[in-house]
Amino acid sequence: MEAFTAHTGRAVPLRRSNVDTDQIIPAHWLKKVTRDGFEDGLFEAWRKDSEFVLNRPEREGATVLVAGPDFGTGSSREHAVWALQNYGFKAVISSRFADIFRGNSLKNGLLTVVLDQKVVDALWELTERDPQAEITVDLQDRQVRAEGVTADFELDENARWRLLNGLDDISITLQNEPEIAAYEARRPAFKPSTIQA
Amino acid sequence: MGRTLAEKVWDDHVVRRAEGEPDLLFIDLHLLHEVTSPQAFDGLRKNGRQVRRLDLTIATEDHNTPTIDIDKPIADPVSRVQLETLRKNCAEFGVRLHPLGDVEQGVVHVVGPQLGLTQPGTTVVCGDSHTSTHGAFGALAFGIGTSQVEHVLATQTLPLAPFKTMAITVDGELPEGVTAKDLILAIIARIGTGGGQGYVLEYRGSAIEKLSMEARMTICNMSIEAGARAGMIAPDRTTFDYLEGRAHAPQGEDWDAAVAYWKTLRTDEDAVFDAEVVIKADELSPFVTWGTNPGQGAPLSASVPDPASYEDASERLAAEKALEYMGLTAGQPLRDINVDTVFVGSCTNGRIEDLRNAAAVIEGRKVADGVRMLVVPGSVRVALQAIDEGLDKVFTAAGAEWRHAGCSMCLGMNPDQLAPGERSASTSNRNFEGRQGKGGRTHLVSPQVAAATAVLGHLAAPADLSDVRTPVEA
Ligand code: SF4
Repeated sequence: MEAFTAHTGRAVPLRRSNVDTDQIIPAHWLKKVTRDGFEDGLFEAWRKDSEFVLNRPEREGATVLVAGPDFGTGSSREHAVWALQNYGFKAVISSRFADIFRGNSLKNGLLTVVLDQKVVDALWELTERDPQAEITVDLQDRQVRAEGVTADFELDENARWRLLNGLDDISITLQNEPEIAAYEARRPAFKPSTIQA
Repeated sequence: MGRTLAEKVWDDHVVRRAEGEPDLLFIDLHLLHEVTSPQAFDGLRKNGRQVRRLDLTIATEDHNTPTIDIDKPIADPVSRVQLETLRKNCAEFGVRLHPLGDVEQGVVHVVGPQLGLTQPGTTVVCGDSHTSTHGAFGALAFGIGTSQVEHVLATQTLPLAPFKTMAITVDGELPEGVTAKDLILAIIARIGTGGGQGYVLEYRGSAIEKLSMEARMTICNMSIEAGARAGMIAPDRTTFDYLEGRAHAPQGEDWDAAVAYWKTLRTDEDAVFDAEVVIKADELSPFVTWGTNPGQGAPLSASVPDPASYEDASERLAAEKALEYMGLTAGQPLRDINVDTVFVGSCTNGRIEDLRNAAAVIEGRKVADGVRMLVVPGSVRVALQAIDEGLDKVFTAAGAEWRHAGCSMCLGMNPDQLAPGERSASTSNRNFEGRQGKGGRTHLVSPQVAAATAVLGHLAAPADLSDVRTPVEA
């Protein structure tokens, strides 16, 4: 997993609440066999409308999604997180996230930031007025900064520590490499092997 | 204080233990198939990781594989892509794979034991809930999710929270004509589909000790249908005899060392289980399901229950919904239920002994008019053995279809499916709505009941058949 310390990028203001995982990535995309290539499925139904904010040329290359409340409700599919990441999003800001979606996002290195709806409103106004405006999401200082906006956010220490160090569960386990190697060294010779002797 | 079998195996695999953290357990055997592995391999690729222990990893194709015309391209593009992806991934990472057409191909839970890879006292995982099958050898074996598959590929370990232990003691002797399948269906009906939640079940007692390895696998296979984390049976002479001489069983000195260790894998006299259930084997009879979960079952001699008879409101509602989906009425004798299809196969009942049992019933008899019977060996090896014994001829002479190895009609992921409204007697493990095809209705049964049902066209036991048989031409 990539380490996340701070990120600065342009934003997509998504003025919708209760965006569920079916809207983020429709079910028929779940037959895919990779974690990549979900970008075209992201908000698939809405993107058929050329006026949808993600389709606007000035939003191209944006990396911060500023969403309405209750983002990510519905199923537990990890594909919703993958789709946002495949599209290029590094962080999502909302006043409230669905629990499972939030857990999945942090596990995959997509930073989900909870801010007051007042701050979210301010970020919407700023980025709608000036599409070039940048937002900084600083995990080190737990702060979001943009023109006229400075807001602190909370994140539990364990999740923050993992993100700052780019640690996924596998990386954390691999920090115990000496213990794993020592266990392997003392395994009895009679244990099964899939490779024919 | 003494320890249970499950606790002993767990303790022997702890790589790292720290206060307030889950134990990190070493995994002895990782089985892969096409459905739950693609994103895991993708994750490895993205992070530049390798498979840590290729010598503890093996893959086979089963869920999406057709059971006829296996030399033709696979028609369904989604299935084809999943199989091609597994082949590509195994080639890239160097994982041993037994693809469709290979002599070792078959349902993943049939292949592991028959190669001698599943051994007592090992930890076995697979991205598939019926991994519990391998517990029949005294292994701690359980299903995992795709991110855990990736974790095991990369580290050969898993961080795991502890489980509770439940003893299921089956005393006495199973009456003539009553099988392991009847027993496990009766156990699930007794403790419920959530009764095993959080537990590793240990099946013990004199009736269990008398069972063959095949029968033990049938029991452990369905532990997951009681919601359990895993099911186990202590290894004994039956286990050792089954393993001796198999391709991956220990040899020579290793064999002696292994057996000496395996013999220690018994629950200590003074060990305490968190829960205990006692079942009297002598009281059991052939058991079938009438509903849409494996806990909704009853003796074949009984009738479809009246939902109103349930005191628990949610159970009553579940029964009502099940009867509606299954197209049954309360009070209808189970023997009066006619079926369209009979399926013998799956990782529950697709091993050689299961085929022998079904063949013994159907030999010299005919599948009833209007009934289609599919016999699908759990692996190519099982198929070859059956052919050697002439079982394929017995089935085809009776009018059944003899197919190639795979999961087949156990789940509606390959071409073998029920049509909407069709009813089956199936030796598989799940009777969920749509499990065998959209709108399909499933009654879970033993291989013997499946064969008798095929002959009579309605749910039946071998005892219901007349003695008249026509000899099969060799
Ligand atoms: S036979 Fe059925 S239960 Fe067993 S692995 Fe295949 S699909 Fe799963």
